[in-house]
Amino acid sequence: MLLIHCPYCEEERSELEFRHGGDAHIARPTNIADISDEEFEEFFFLRDNPKGLIFERWRHVHGCGRFFNAARDTVSDKFYASYKAGEPKPDLPGISPATEKTVETYEATEGTAK
Amino acid sequence: MSGANRIAGQGRLTPARTARFSFDGKSYEALEGDTVASALLANGVHLVGRSFKYHRPRGIVSAGPEEPNALIDVARDAARRQPNVRATVQEVFDGMKATSQNRWPSLSFDVGGFNNLLSPFFAAGFYYKTFMWPKAAWEKVYEPFIRRAAGLGTAPTEDDPDHYANRYATCDVLVVGAGVAGLSAALAAAATGARVILCDEQAEVGGALHYDRSVTIDGKDGFAWAQAAAARLAAMENVTVLTRTTAFGYYNHNFVGLVERVTDHIARPDRKAPRERLWQVRAKRVILATGAIERHMVFGNNDRPGIMLASAARTYLNHFGVAVGRKVAIYTANDSAYEAAFDLKRAGVQIAAIVDSRAKPGDAVLNEARNHGIEVLTGHSVIDTKGHRRVSSIIVMRNGGGGKRTITVDALLTSAGWTPSVHLFSQSRGKVAYNAETGQFLPGTYAQDCLSVGACNGTGGLQATIEEALAAGELMARATGNDGGEKVHLHGENAFEWTGGMAGAAEGAGADTNVKAFIDFQNDVCAKDIRLAVREGMHSIEHIKRFTTNGMATDQGKLSNLHGLAIAAETLGREIPKVGLTTFRAPYTPVTFGTIINHSRGDLFDPARKTPMHAWEAAHGAVFEDVGNWKRAWYYPRAGETMHEAVDRECRTVREVAGVFDASTLGKIEVVGPDAAAFLNLMYTNAWDTLKPGRCRYGIMLREDGFVYDDGVVGRIAEDRFHVTTTTGGAPRVMNHMEDYLQTEFPHLKVWLTSTTEQWAVIAVQGPKAREIIAPLVEGIDVSNEAFPHMSVREGKICGVPTRLFRMSFTGEAGFEVNVLADYGQAVWEAIWARAEVLGACAYGTETMHVLRAEKGYIIVGQDTDGTVTPYDAGLAWAVSKKKTDFVGIRGLKRPDLVKEGRKQLVGLKTKDPKVVLEEGAQIVADPNQPVPMKMIGHVTSAYWSENCGHSIAFALVEGGQGRMGQTLYVPMPDRTIAVEVTDMVFIDKEGVRLNG
Repeated sequence: MLLIHCPYCEEERSELEFRHGGDAHIARPTNIADISDEEFEEFFFLRDNPKGLIFERWRHVHGCGRFFNAARDTVSDKFYASYKAGEPKPDLPGISPATEKTVETYEATEGTAK
Repeated sequence: MSGANRIAGQGRLTPARTARFSFDGKSYEALEGDTVASALLANGVHLVGRSFKYHRPRGIVSAGPEEPNALIDVARDAARRQPNVRATVQEVFDGMKATSQNRWPSLSFDVGGFNNLLSPFFAAGFYYKTFMWPKAAWEKVYEPFIRRAAGLGTAPTEDDPDHYANRYATCDVLVVGAGVAGLSAALAAAATGARVILCDEQAEVGGALHYDRSVTIDGKDGFAWAQAAAARLAAMENVTVLTRTTAFGYYNHNFVGLVERVTDHIARPDRKAPRERLWQVRAKRVILATGAIERHMVFGNNDRPGIMLASAARTYLNHFGVAVGRKVAIYTANDSAYEAAFDLKRAGVQIAAIVDSRAKPGDAVLNEARNHGIEVLTGHSVIDTKGHRRVSSIIVMRNGGGGKRTITVDALLTSAGWTPSVHLFSQSRGKVAYNAETGQFLPGTYAQDCLSVGACNGTGGLQATIEEALAAGELMARATGNDGGEKVHLHGENAFEWTGGMAGAAEGAGADTNVKAFIDFQNDVCAKDIRLAVREGMHSIEHIKRFTTNGMATDQGKLSNLHGLAIAAETLGREIPKVGLTTFRAPYTPVTFGTIINHSRGDLFDPARKTPMHAWEAAHGAVFEDVGNWKRAWYYPRAGETMHEAVDRECRTVREVAGVFDASTLGKIEVVGPDAAAFLNLMYTNAWDTLKPGRCRYGIMLREDGFVYDDGVVGRIAEDRFHVTTTTGGAPRVMNHMEDYLQTEFPHLKVWLTSTTEQWAVIAVQGPKAREIIAPLVEGIDVSNEAFPHMSVREGKICGVPTRLFRMSFTGEAGFEVNVLADYGQAVWEAIWARAEVLGACAYGTETMHVLRAEKGYIIVGQDTDGTVTPYDAGLAWAVSKKKTDFVGIRGLKRPDLVKEGRKQLVGLKTKDPKVVLEEGAQIVADPNQPVPMKMIGHVTSAYWSENCGHSIAFALVEGGQGRMGQTLYVPMPDRTIAVEVTDMVFIDKEGVRLNG
């Protein structure tokens, strides 16, 4: 069970108090009614699902009720930072963005099967 | 003495404190502190079970949680019975009834032993190959047979009468394992003032000190030192010591699950005490001191009762005072087993021989063996054993060939070396690394704030272990900000340093042989099964594991995994680390369902939500249905009425007179602030700024993709205040949806949202006499049709208490919804009911509500829509503003798929035979005579008998439905095909005369 730092309550609380909210920093276009199908697809449907660093939304739903953002490693589940909604992505020295493809197969992890 | 094999002067139990228990109906005497295994061995019982597949006789192998064979059923009484208990862990209590498992008709004569003769047909993977044909026979013949023949214990049939406790705990340092390493680490951590939890799975602390009698620490006998150290720790305010407590799972962010067995060892437990207690521990730092598990030797017929681990024999002798045999041989590849021979010899047991597969054992143990006059056969192997229900002799041969020698024994102790217990480390997502020198997988890269110390870290030598553990304890405690206290120093001495060890098949059980050399006793996996799996193409250790079932038993391969890996590596011609280890998963040892379920059973399994009027409804005979967690009045049957009769009567009465309905479960959100209307403009498809205070509007809420998410009536109480209602099931997610947009997309809007679902009791009064019922009770509101038209809201009083009175309808009748504070709900309901009853109205439930709304063509989001329906599909185009430039879903609605022709649209259906009621979910086709599979063009979403219409009514989602009015479609059912006519959705009062009356 994760231990999550709520930037509004300023303390670490159990995962039980939170709800995951998907990828962060995806702003709803202010002219949404006018965007193209491709732009809507990009905004609404397509997500990277990275292996490694992700910026994601959480809501402290059974606490202060606020939405906030966090930087987490999807492999180790280590949280690098959590910060208030509307704040920019934090600098994370030494943490490189995820580049690996997310699809994992036996062949990909164990080499070519004989 | 309790048992013929109990040796006077040996062990730590008190001879005078006895307990009686039974095994397979026979009564035995034990001593307090015995495990079932030690008590049975004391009484000369070695045969305790039958193996899973071959039904071979099996005995006790270990003295701990790694036990693969000695699984028994333990009962206190008829209801308190648990299968698959490890006899090596379960303590005896007076009156215990233990029985063996997986045998029929009896342990010593088992019909299934026939499987052993057929074993050539039961090779690895046989389940997958043998029972393939005919296909139908799998379910009816093969599987039931296999389940009967191959199995473990049987589950109890009665409810578990015991209760289980749960505790959340935090600490600075959690130390798992209270052997020398764990105790040392805990002492060092506790000395700094850190909050420490120390847990150990055994009844008493000490770990390996249970068997290793040669250890002294600070000049004291090792085991006695351990007890004193634990007592000192337990007396400290900052330390919790938990025995009989297994750390079974290591989860994210240093969250560790412990299970404490509180009463399972007590003859007459206090019934107020929980049977087990779940500890959910969040530790700032974790120290793993989980020790190592001895491996058995892999050779032909190595599974006979009487063949066990050398360290187990030492435990039985040195702790329980039990000799496991009278003439004992040792078969080892490792120095540690020699000490078993020395201990037994000192206790008067004859040592037939020590067979060592190595040419050069450690000098110290070899010299000591000579001093004891024990014959040591170096460079020899045991290649076979004899004996039916217990080993009677072993066949020994020089490595590389030569004459065979038979040695008569009644017990054989084996040791292939020690496997560090890296289970919890691995569960913490740490990566293990292979140490080629010692042949051990050891903690490599840590993923969490923890450290491993002692044998589980591959650390050999007593003083090295102590110093490593003291340093780790201090380091971890100081890392959590504790810096008090003095440094702890400990000095340990023991007799021998151990060398040696091997993994895989021993001489005489190699690839050129066909002997049954077991690696996994519980699942009957032999060395040759691993080789077969590799030959058949399994090259990943994960595949080999699943094909052979090696390591998949309840012991999770604690003895077998490394052997299986070594044999696989040898067969594949690859090095062990290249083949890799299978993943360790929680739980470390089995955990009872009772502990995991804990309080979440019975009334606490899923809490019930009840409305303020619930007691009245129950008293008036309501039948309730579950809607989410809510208990809602479904219908109110009178004496002798069926459900249909009751619903027909309620439906008729509401339209002819009036009805009273509990609508309190509706979700309610108070939306307040200067930008409240602007916010609702964005959340709903409708326009809200045009709505005047005192009026209501039906609103549709979409998701961003354009599909209907929720609906409800919204009343404008004031310029800056709206009373929003949602569907019963949608309340929490609608609130979350609104908060999400308000906080993250539209934070510039000055709006405050408050969930008020449980603050308001809602009483719907519907029907021609609704006004007459409530009018005398209402103060300060003119309820006449002119002053208070349909879709209005007023604040005033009813029965002297404040109300928000809505003029609205979900029935198509003129109606009111009385909102009062929840505490007044029942009193106001009773006052309304008193008038309603006199006027001939009825109370009605959710079933009638469903029928009445369907008669009028009102949809229910979630029943008539399914997350793929747009407002246009649902015939609600009128509710979508054409003027607004933005609302959630405005762009989604324009997606190509959502605007194309032929989408499924909601329509009404009338059956050609008016008496036939369709089934909800039934599929609809255009041509009933087309070949199967037919093209399905839609399905029924709602269907009822309408007493008011005199025929059945239904809604359906049908491709291009709005263009099919008057068409005949068909609903194929298993027994007949039902013809239906497509209609509009309003079946009653199309002009709305009743609604506005």
